[in-house]
Amino acid sequence: MSGDPILQVIDLQKTFGAVVAAKDINIDVSTGEVIGIIGANGAGKTTFVNMVTGYLKPSSGTIRFEGRDITGKPPRLVTQTGISRSFQVSQVFTSMTVYDNLLTALAITDSRGFNALRPIQRPDLTRRCEETLVRYQIDQYHDSEASTLPQGVRKLLDIAMAMVSKPRILLLDEPTSGVSAEEKFNIMDIIMGALKADQVTVLFIEHDMEIVERYVSRVVAFYQGEVICDKPPEEALIDSRVREFVIGEEYPLEVREAGSHADH
Amino acid sequence: MSRDRTIPGLTVALAVCAIGGYFIPDWLMNQMMFGFARALAILGLLVLWRTGLVSFGHALYFGLGAYAVALLDINLGISDAFVRLGVAMLVTGGVGTLLGFILRNYRDIFFAMLSLAFSMVLYGILVKTEALGSTDGFTVSPPTFLSAAPEGKYPLFVLICVFGWLAAVLVQGYLRSTLGRLTTAVRDNEIRVEYLGYSVARAIHIKYVMSAVLTGAAGALTAMALGQVDPDSMVNWTASGELVFVTILSGPGSVAAPFIGSLIFELLRTYAFELVPHAWQMIVGGTLLAVIFFLPGGIWSLFARALKADK
Repeated sequence: MSGDPILQVIDLQKTFGAVVAAKDINIDVSTGEVIGIIGANGAGKTTFVNMVTGYLKPSSGTIRFEGRDITGKPPRLVTQTGISRSFQVSQVFTSMTVYDNLLTALAITDSRGFNALRPIQRPDLTRRCEETLVRYQIDQYHDSEASTLPQGVRKLLDIAMAMVSKPRILLLDEPTSGVSAEEKFNIMDIIMGALKADQVTVLFIEHDMEIVERYVSRVVAFYQGEVICDKPPEEALIDSRVREFVIGEEYPLEVREAGSHADH
Repeated sequence: MSRDRTIPGLTVALAVCAIGGYFIPDWLMNQMMFGFARALAILGLLVLWRTGLVSFGHALYFGLGAYAVALLDINLGISDAFVRLGVAMLVTGGVGTLLGFILRNYRDIFFAMLSLAFSMVLYGILVKTEALGSTDGFTVSPPTFLSAAPEGKYPLFVLICVFGWLAAVLVQGYLRSTLGRLTTAVRDNEIRVEYLGYSVARAIHIKYVMSAVLTGAAGALTAMALGQVDPDSMVNWTASGELVFVTILSGPGSVAAPFIGSLIFELLRTYAFELVPHAWQMIVGGTLLAVIFFLPGGIWSLFARALKADK
């Protein structure tokens, strides 16, 4: 991991009428970090991710990616600069097969200029498509329609599609939501393994503290639109404000294997 | 992977039609001309439909294409079929590009109704303007072909077959490209398309212009085949409805579907009128209901089933 700042969020604010959804958010992200974003429902986590990825325009503040101001840019331009995301509800092409979903995603990201008019079935794309299916361990669902997939596989497909544009930062919105307790570590191992291989900086929203403890190198906790804690997990999960407003006092004080998997 | 036989099949079918047209009676050739010319518009609507968009106003482009031919004929004395066709496509492409900037921001019923509104603006202008033929429209002189003025309609029939084949091949190629795949992708999930770095608005705009040009060509060829243009049968909302009707009848499954569906519609309308002159619409409407209930994939689904069984 290098310490180069890749993403800087400065005094970010978002209001919806009288409601302040995000207030004075300041976060610096270094290349290679795996950051867990935690907070109760309505704390401002998704609003933050939506602003960074261009889904929402901030009311004020600045977002810099690799030194460039990307504040308020639309999603496709944010994606083109090197930031990608997945969603809490997987955003896939429901009527297509898993293979066609990935092939379409690869073709779209490779569609500058006249490339958009080239046939979609071409050796370079189909080879990359097959490789990605294997990397995310969804090759057994090759011909399954996306609408019929189990939740965990859908999540993997969603993230695989987000990764085809080769982003430098990936933001994941609850990658294990809707996934069974038995499956969640397996799914996360696949995701983090693939992302590590691609050397991607990761920010992910998560409610499951076991996941947070196991995979992140840093925790950013939100409460009522503000960042109340920004520390390594072993410190964040025993922080009094985090325990009061986010994870609850009953959560074990000793942090299990904190950060031990953060190198994933 | 199975080989797609759409283009070889279409090539053989349209070649047989083009050659066979020399031997068939005039009334049947006329039916085929109108059917195949309209099929171009259906091809354009098929592209939009696959994107999840239904236009209730494509008579705008059908009428613009037809009136471009008539105005070239009346004002400039241009009778060459290729020039007429080219100008009609340019005009409809230009108008489609301009209106596309507005329409690409709308979806569902708003897209349908806004497109209808634009077509009714043209209809209003045409019926109120004497210089544009008002409610009577214009007569169009028979087309010439690179200075040659052959007798009869057979040369135009061949042109329609060849142009129809070319359009189908190009649309098929388009649908197999990344831009073509964006039809289903945009319909399924606009958010994902944007987060893959492609502008949904641009994708829809390209498809809209494409459908406008194809519909303009359909209008131009129909005007030359009919020898007449008028606002009621070419620009009114009923003309737009007819295009949507034939699109549903044909089905979105293949670029061959519009040619089959449009020809069947033409024959159905003729025979229905022959059978019950005052209630022929009931037969046509009943057929559409039957297709919606029993063949949601349109008439093409019958062919698709037969082809699948054949493999």
